[in-house]
Amino acid sequence: MKTLLDMRPGQKAVVKKVHGEGNLRQRILDMGILRGAELEMIKRAPLGDPIEVKVSGYDLSLRQSESSLVEVEVVK
Amino acid sequence: MTKQALTIALAGNPNSGKTTLFNQLTGANQYIGNWPGVTVEKKEGKLKGHLQVIIQDLPGIYSLSANSLEERIASEQLTQHSPDAIINIVDGTNLERNLYLTMQILEMGIPTVVAINMADMLSRQGAKLDLDKLSKRLGCPVVGISALKGTHINELIAEALKVAKSGQIPKALSYKQDFEKLLSAVDAVLGSDLRKDQRRYWLTRALENPEPLNLKPAKLDKLNALVKAYEEKEDDDIQSIITFERYALIDQMVEGVRGGKAPEAVSTSDKIDRIVTNRWLALPIFVMVMTLVFGLSVWGAGPGTFLTDWVNDGLFGEIIPPAVETLLGNWGVADWLQSLILDGIIGGVGAVLGFLPQMIVLFLVLAFLEGTGYMARVAFIMDRVFRRFGLSGKSFIPMLVGVGCSVPGIMASRTIEEERDRRMTVTVTSFIPCSAKLPIIALIAGALFGGAWWVAPSAYFLGIAAVIISGVILKKTKPFAGPPAPFVMELPPYRWPALGTVLRSVWERAWSFVRKAGTVILLSSIVIWVLSSLGWENGSFGMVENVENGLMAKLGGAIAWIFKPLGFGNWRAAVATITGLVAKENVVSTFGILYGIGEVGEAGEEIWHLIARDFTAVSAYAFLIFNLICVPCFAAIGAIKREMNSARWTWFAIGYQTIFAYVLALVYYQLGTWFTTGAFTVGTVLGILALVGLLYMIFRRRKDYKKPELSVAPAK
Repeated sequence: MKTLLDMRPGQKAVVKKVHGEGNLRQRILDMGILRGAELEMIKRAPLGDPIEVKVSGYDLSLRQSESSLVEVEVVK
Repeated sequence: MTKQALTIALAGNPNSGKTTLFNQLTGANQYIGNWPGVTVEKKEGKLKGHLQVIIQDLPGIYSLSANSLEERIASEQLTQHSPDAIINIVDGTNLERNLYLTMQILEMGIPTVVAINMADMLSRQGAKLDLDKLSKRLGCPVVGISALKGTHINELIAEALKVAKSGQIPKALSYKQDFEKLLSAVDAVLGSDLRKDQRRYWLTRALENPEPLNLKPAKLDKLNALVKAYEEKEDDDIQSIITFERYALIDQMVEGVRGGKAPEAVSTSDKIDRIVTNRWLALPIFVMVMTLVFGLSVWGAGPGTFLTDWVNDGLFGEIIPPAVETLLGNWGVADWLQSLILDGIIGGVGAVLGFLPQMIVLFLVLAFLEGTGYMARVAFIMDRVFRRFGLSGKSFIPMLVGVGCSVPGIMASRTIEEERDRRMTVTVTSFIPCSAKLPIIALIAGALFGGAWWVAPSAYFLGIAAVIISGVILKKTKPFAGPPAPFVMELPPYRWPALGTVLRSVWERAWSFVRKAGTVILLSSIVIWVLSSLGWENGSFGMVENVENGLMAKLGGAIAWIFKPLGFGNWRAAVATITGLVAKENVVSTFGILYGIGEVGEAGEEIWHLIARDFTAVSAYAFLIFNLICVPCFAAIGAIKREMNSARWTWFAIGYQTIFAYVLALVYYQLGTWFTTGAFTVGTVLGILALVGLLYMIFRRRKDYKKPELSVAPAK
């Protein structure tokens, strides 16, 4: 399973499924990371964690532990 | 139903310009408080030009899922106290995600106007939005505004008043047929178990989580069966399905709404961000920005310090006291009252207000950085470091500011949304030695360590260690346990902040400091003055000439035994510790008075030999540890109380700080004495026990507590 965590900066992907449960999952979904959404991995923070992605035109930061819940299919 | 006053709630995402719009709508007619029982700020104001209309600013939220405290407050406010209308502010440059909240708001069946903000930004980008089309699809009025420039605000007000008065409810949006079928099936099952009004909103809530409805088992089974069948058909779970359907609806709403030029693939904000959070440049830039923040506000030669020195030495030193003294003298006011007013009130309150200019400069810089969007990047850069010991990246700013003064440091914790993280940050911020603690460090370093260079850095190291150890310890206790708060955080585009919003934010923070902390200081100053000035002298009770005869000295003598295990069980050290509560600057000057020397220099050079007589190197450092870590000054306690907004949590912080300081000083003194003198005593056993206890608290296994329920007290 490939997740957001495996993406390299500059890569684009489509979300296949958001794993996890409860509030954390709902928060990720609410922010627009849900099946079918297009993502672009922008960068990692200078210390490696968290990461920054672009989703529906805005920038979102997630920790590695949170981004490993987002299953993706890399398109480019 | 007719009401005298209309209430209009203002709802929207964080960073959507909501605060700026609120200021535009209400002008100076604002009341700031807290939502009942929680520390989330509550703002209300009267609508400019329509003073019978109340504008209620809801917390900035992304969703009404009621997962976070802010979401709960907003959804309770909308469901329990249905406002007459909602103004939903939407960032026009980020339509989809902003409309997600709109979808939920429209389901509530409350008259709503959608305000599309950033019209100026859009037209600068050459983009156009077909607002008529959007309005038709959303089924409610849509007004394009610029909160920053203040354009079309009057149209927005007119529309909001119109829907509020007519009670025009937005037409229901329909999801795809299958999902609508599910909703009606659920509707039929729930029947009268679900409230009638705001039915669509509650239907989806019931789908997500039927628990609060307390359904009879038979009904719950029916509901679960419906959900299960649908989940299987869609091959997804209901939480994800609902979110997906809402976003699908949004896609229908915005289809063909955007015209003009498409936004550039790489915006100016992106370009700035490439540099500011660049892998190699981020940390140097961060250090530079922090140095600048520091330099402007708390650094010795910066404008903040300059003003503070002027207020301390000039205004409350050379100008006000002599003037008041002359005035009181002319009025023939009794000597004791003069002393109370001059030494007690003006001395005590002045010492605290002296920090105000420094704080205003600091708040100005911080509000500016917040407005630009850089603060989110600071959290982004520092999160890795702070998460290791149970805090989040947002805890950095309070501690940085705390190096200058704990009061603004503690107040800066307000930007941390997660309540547990905020409480923890508020509790540990004062461990970082503030500038007022420097004289104590200089006194001990000079008197016992020959002015050794390492004493001052060791104090900062101690502070950082205290923060880290506390983070680890507290994270394993029940109130702070649980999975780390999600760091799913928007990094807003860089923007030039609105001057009015920055100034207002500075004013609010500074004023709340003056008002809230000021009352605590005033009272405590009077108490300390009374205790120091009254006592038995020459066989009678009254005003004392010599502080040694005052009640304070008696009190010091009475509680000195408490500090005996820490090595400084003499009454002077006890009294100095107590007066340090008013302001840490007092510690050195109190020693001066108690040793009968009177006025001493900043580092107390005149009393070094006397301190050296009464302390050993070990006990002096234990004294330093206790005074650095224990309860901060009254001003900082006032700030803790303000930010905790709960007596219980304030006492928790004070209690924790005191016990923690006591344990550290005890361990240090007892083990230090054992190592240096080789004498093994009862005290040594106590010290070892304390150390074992401390290590246990640090290294014990984390219990899996259930996630604490966030509770919001019902509003009046």
